[in-house]
Order: sequence, then C-alpha cells, then structure tokens
Amino acid sequence: MEKALLEMSPTEVGQEVTRSGLRGRGGAGFPTGLKWSFLNRKSDKPRYLVCNADESEPGTFKDRYLMEHLPHRLVEGLIVSSYALGVNTCYIYIRGEFKYLVGILEHAIREAKENGFLGERILGTDFSLEIHLHPGAGAYICGEETALLESLEGKRGNPRIKPPYPAYKGLYDCPTVVNNVETLAAVGPIINMGGEAYAGLGKGKSTGTKLISACGHINRPGVYEIEMGLPVEEFIFSDEYCNGIRSGRHLKAVIPGGSSVPVLPADLILRTAKNEKRLLTYESLEEGGFDSGSMLGSGGFIVYDETACMVRNTLNLTRFYRHESCGQCSPCREGTGWMEKVLWRIEHGEGRWKDIDLLVNIARHIEGNTICPFGDAAAWPVASAIRHFREEFEYHVEYPDEVRVITHGNLVRETRFTGGHPVSGIRFR
Amino acid sequence: MITHRLHVKENRPVAFSEATLKKVRELIQQYPEGKQKSALLPVLHMAQEELGGYLSVDVMDYVASLLQLNPIEVFEVATFYSMFYLEPVGKYVIEVCRTAPCAICGGEEILEYLKEKLQIGVGETTPDGLFTLKTVECLGGCGYAPVLQVNTQFHEQLDQVAIDRLLDTLRKQAADPSSADLTWASQFC
Repeated sequence: MEKALLEMSPTEVGQEVTRSGLRGRGGAGFPTGLKWSFLNRKSDKPRYLVCNADESEPGTFKDRYLMEHLPHRLVEGLIVSSYALGVNTCYIYIRGEFKYLVGILEHAIREAKENGFLGERILGTDFSLEIHLHPGAGAYICGEETALLESLEGKRGNPRIKPPYPAYKGLYDCPTVVNNVETLAAVGPIINMGGEAYAGLGKGKSTGTKLISACGHINRPGVYEIEMGLPVEEFIFSDEYCNGIRSGRHLKAVIPGGSSVPVLPADLILRTAKNEKRLLTYESLEEGGFDSGSMLGSGGFIVYDETACMVRNTLNLTRFYRHESCGQCSPCREGTGWMEKVLWRIEHGEGRWKDIDLLVNIARHIEGNTICPFGDAAAWPVASAIRHFREEFEYHVEYPDEVRVITHGNLVRETRFTGGHPVSGIRFR
Repeated sequence: MITHRLHVKENRPVAFSEATLKKVRELIQQYPEGKQKSALLPVLHMAQEELGGYLSVDVMDYVASLLQLNPIEVFEVATFYSMFYLEPVGKYVIEVCRTAPCAICGGEEILEYLKEKLQIGVGETTPDGLFTLKTVECLGGCGYAPVLQVNTQFHEQLDQVAIDRLLDTLRKQAADPSSADLTWASQFC
C-alpha cells in the first residue's frame, strides 16, 4: 500500500492492475483493469468504490474465509483501489447473515485508521479515504451489482437495466465501481509483486490465483487457493486438494462455478469434448459452449457422487432461484415458479412425458429476456441437467412408483446408473 | 394470511433507547447528506433486535418517522428481504440452510430431525416461545455442511449429536442468561 500511495500515481496503479490480467472473481470474470478504465472521471460528482461482500452463490464460501482470516488484505486492497480510482468513500456491502464478520472488519478498519492508513491525508499524501460497512438482509439478488446499489440506497434490491453502467451512473447516480472481495484483496499483492509477475502465474487469459471453495461429496471440502491452470482431475483426486470422493464412491457430476453455471457429468468435467484435459481456467471450463462446457464463475466447486439424484438437485436449485427472484421481469418471476412446480411433480412421481421438453422450453425463454443475468443463472441448471442427465428425468417419469419411495433423505438409489464408465460408474449412450 | 396482519396497527408506543438513537445518528453520518434512506437496512436490523424480535407495523412506522421516509418505503423493504421477520418469532430463530450443497451433505436429514425434536413444522414456533424453525437459502458455509444459524450465529458440520447439544445449550441459556457459552463460534476445518 505504501508503495502505491508513495511511489506510484493513480494511473500507474490502474495500469499495473490491467497488466496483471486480473479478472473479476465474483463470477463474471470481467477484466478488472478494463472495468476501472470505464469509470467516468470527467464528472464532478463524487466517485464511489463498493466492495461486493454479498456472497450468496450456492457452493461459494471463499469471501467469508477471506474476510474472517485476512481482513487486512481486503482493507489494503480497498485503499489501493480507491487511490487508483480517485475515490474517497468506500462501502463494503456485506450480507446480513455474516453479522459476526461485521465486528471483525470494523476492528480491522479501526486498526488501519489508528495506524494512519485511513482517514484524512493518509501517509502524508493528500489522499483521504473512509470505509463504511453496510449490511444486507438476506437477498441473493443483491449480489448483482445494480441490485446491490439499489439495496445500498435503502430500496428493494431490484436490478437496474444496463446501460447506463455503474461506472457512469451508479450509487446515488454517481460514477461507481463495484468489485468482489477476492478481486480487491488481490490488488495489494499485485502492486507488491508487479502486474507482470502476477500475469506470469496462471495460463493464457486466466492469470494469477483463484480461491476455489470445494464442497459436496469430497473428502476434504474447504477453500483452496490454486494457480490458474490446475487440472480438474488433480484438484478433485489428489491428496493435496480434495482427496477424492468420500466413502470410496465414484464421481458423477460437478458444478464448477457456483450453482449458476451449467452442471457437467464426470467425463466432461475431467476432459473436454475434444478429449483435452480440463483445467481450472476461465477458457478451459468454457470450452464446448453450452453443449459440453460450463464456466469458472465464482469458483464454488460442488461435487456430486453417484448417490446424488440430479432431478432432486435441480428441483432444489430451482426452488432457490424462485425464492431469490426479485420479481421484476415476467420471464424470470413466472418462469422459475413454473419450472419449480414442474420439477416438483417429476421428483414426486407425478411427471408427464412432455414435462421434460417443457422445462427446456421454459429455460430457453427465460435466457436473454431478463434485465439481469439472474434469469440465465436460473435457466442454466435446468437446461444443463436435462442436457446431460436426461435419462434420470425420463426414469422419474417412467417409474413414478419407484420414485415415490425415497431412500434416506434426498438420495435416490443409483442402481440403474452404476457400471460402465471406469471413473464415474455412469452408463452413457 | 400474512398480508392481512400487516395492515393492523396496534398503536403501541415504540422507541429506541438513547444509546441506539446515538448509533442511528452515527450511521446516518456514513452516507451523503440527504441520503439517510441508505441507513434503512441497518436501522431495520437494529429495530428488529431491540423492539420485539420482529417488525410489527408500529415498529416499521417508527423507523419511517425516524428516517423521514414514507411508511410504504419501509414496508416494501421489510417485505423484500428474508432476514426481516414480519410475524412474532421465538427467542431463538433456527434457520437451516436448504440449498443443494448442504442438502446433499445431510441438510435434509438435519431438517427432519429438528422438526421431529422440536415437534414443529417449518415456519412455526414451539409453544414455549423458545424456538422458531425456518429454512433459508445458501448461508455461505457449504464446505462445512450441513449448516444452520441461530440468530445469525453459525453452527456447522452438524449431526444429530451436535443438534442435541445445541438445543440443550440454548435451553440452558434461556433459563440462565449468565451461562451464555461464548465459545460457540463457528468451527473451521
């Protein structure tokens, strides 16, 4: 931080971040340096930096880890980023359920202030900064940047239509930049090691390191910092990381980037359709588009073994999206409710044959027809589950009596799907 | 029907303590001049905690007058966010995560066990007014599944034994407030 404030100009800091190739770590992966360059510096309105600590994506818990164990890393990132952007007031929007983190972060901010790293005339320069904490109150949609700004202004978290982008008209109609906790926490190390050194890590356009929060049916769930480019197979099976599937079972499916990205079956998560090794990078995971690819997203790595029912899982996630939909756009509001009802019928043995195509149809009509990407996020789990696990849906429709007898909790016995593929035990056509 | 109750004003006098009012004033300072509406979410949190555990119409109108807003502006925010309770709740609100990563790691069993132990359904309160059971969406603790929160305090890596212990601790705490076990912080692996 001292290096940035005392030795570099704000423009130089911005250039280092661009050089590092840092991409948004909240899920979209938009180049941070580019986002910062959009900020409207010509307006005489005050500029704002908002830290998006509203981590609600299912499967993601890395920001919580960062804020609990490395709050100073975040504070430093905020100071350096604010310096680069010419911002004097910064807000951290933290989700309401993380109430215990508010105390930790306030303590870190107070310590920074006492040591002269915040407040007026930091380190003798004429740069001043105040960081304020703002709690959310339990809405996943407030993780979307414009909904977050609406929530910060004290209103319902309804996303705004873009354009105008927050860099032009954001918080209180002033130029604003919204960044994820992990992105901002990476800014400090980038300035220390230099943008090029950071870009030297990773692979291709996915530079640096990423925090992957692995959960689900693995032996060692947790937050892992990986260098971009790590093969997925190594991540799941080696003892250095997740140490394989628990109880000696087989891998069935993975959602690599939080529930909003498409689910992939075992063979497609380990290797692409072109039979190359799948790596943990933005590009490699997107290889194959919708047909055989997914996205890195937020890095919420959910692993399913052979005992997980994909239909029940899809119902669960669709219920999540229906609950969290803000309700502005008809396709999303009605579509998620409709999909949930259809999925409920299928999962409880009342499905009809045309339901499966109906689901795909609804999903296709939500995608791209909404104000914000939440609609796509709600449609992709359904569309991808049917794309890759259609036989499970058909099985539920064909044998409703068997489906109605649910064996312990959410698990439908996998008897029809073992045998065949050596890694996953799933039979493919 | 829930909306019916929300239009019933009981006209009970409602007010923050002096200390809380001071905090509200400091909070408003955090935001630019004239933008005190931004303080609405934090103030509603404080109101819910201090003024009865839930947001009755009287409380919402009080907050509106405090922040110089129209009552509808407070009402529409209170109904949008899932952490604001619009009906009376028990002393301990047990919120169980029901989203996929927790559900596949035993979350559904935990919910069934709690329903059985407390003899209530989701959204209901025990007759002694101690526990309210709610389900919530992803709490951000997926690696330590299954997860639940009691009044925003995390309890993770649960099984039936842990839940029995939790309920016992909470009952003891309710009977004797000074016995609050402060080491019940969330555990990380």
